[in-house]
Amino acid sequence: MQPDQSGIMQQPPQPVLVVNNLSCSRDDRLLFAELSFSLAAGQVLLLEGDNGSGKTSLLRILCGFRTADDGEIRWRGQTLDSGSYYKEMAYVGHADGAKKELTVLENLRFTQALHSQSGYDIDQALIKVELAGFDDNSVQTLSAGQKRRLSLARLLIAGAVLWILDEPFTSLDRRGIALTEALIAAHVRQGGMVMLTSHHDLTLTGLPLQRIHLNSCQ
Amino acid sequence: MSISAAFFAIIRRDLLLAFRRRAEAANPLFFFVLVVTLFPLAVGAQPHLLQSMAPGVIWVSALLAALLSLDAMFRSDFDDGSLEQLLLSPYPLTVLVLGKIIAHWLVTGLPLLLVAPLLADFLGLPAQAMGTLWLTLIIATPLLSLIGAVGVALTVGLRRGGMILSLLVLPLYVPVLIFASGAVDRAAGGLAADAQLDILLAMLLAALVLAPLPVSAALKMSVN
Repeated sequence: MQPDQSGIMQQPPQPVLVVNNLSCSRDDRLLFAELSFSLAAGQVLLLEGDNGSGKTSLLRILCGFRTADDGEIRWRGQTLDSGSYYKEMAYVGHADGAKKELTVLENLRFTQALHSQSGYDIDQALIKVELAGFDDNSVQTLSAGQKRRLSLARLLIAGAVLWILDEPFTSLDRRGIALTEALIAAHVRQGGMVMLTSHHDLTLTGLPLQRIHLNSCQ
Repeated sequence: MSISAAFFAIIRRDLLLAFRRRAEAANPLFFFVLVVTLFPLAVGAQPHLLQSMAPGVIWVSALLAALLSLDAMFRSDFDDGSLEQLLLSPYPLTVLVLGKIIAHWLVTGLPLLLVAPLLADFLGLPAQAMGTLWLTLIIATPLLSLIGAVGVALTVGLRRGGMILSLLVLPLYVPVLIFASGAVDRAAGGLAADAQLDILLAMLLAALVLAPLPVSAALKMSVN
């Protein structure tokens, strides 16, 4: 359960997100207990583990959707609700979070309105995820992979520091996977933070990558 | 972007969605018109009976139409993950939720307001009660959306919440029904209905301030 640190780190940077002794159980089954880790600017944290080991639950706790049974989470020294946490984070989960009757542009405009920080503008973000030219297509006409790319565009527009990604590579083609990895790498190099779960082997060369392995403990 | 931009963006988005799902969005209005027009057929052509029943018939139909439209308020947001994105917005959820409720009223309540006088005339409601009918609808249909939102937010996470939703919401709708149809009834008889209208207005103002709080809390619980 201990995070093993790998990758290159010259000097330990100041942690921004600190998680202390977190435990979570579901239906009387302990998913993880006394989990502690921290994340600093410019770091990637990869959650590994079998199906049902609690990866998604951990991410949902960090989004504030679930409450942990025990432990605390601090963002810049403050609790999630009191500080600037929600201004600085963005989440892509299993669901796309896009309205299928609306066009790509309409969906992204709404995303823009919901966030107080501004990141990329919509045109730039669509070029970055290679969806340029799809602005006026309604989301229901997009393929599953293209919807994934739309979610990534949402991350770019939100202008968040911390990206929480739950299986971001699902239904992406090889090019899409490479593109996502490039986006993650670029975000981290600019001082961003990424926390993700993936069954796919990440190829993020030269980036400080933290791995946490969640074992299903009974 | 500012909080007012987010508030108007959510209203605009929901109106656009309703426009794209026109057939679905028109359902409650269609139901309202259908029920009111079926009454004379079933009761028979007895002008005096219909006239005295008109306030009740219109208000019961409006209430059922509102109930019918409730489930759609948060359902699609819950299913496609948009609700999670709303919860993660740095803006207060209560404000965003109020935007959604207002959009819901614009789509389901406002059309009732436009056709109700026509249907009331059709049932033979005296002209002197028409103004009061309008007033009760203007005040009380938003109230139905606000109260209903609490019930929907509590049941949106349940797979089959329809029955529970009705059980939760109907008792809270009953006072609205009593005061609203009572006001129209009094006006039809040539009496003053100020007291009933004042009570409805007070309920609306209280709900406007108080309803978004439990709705936000219930939505947070629903995604858990």
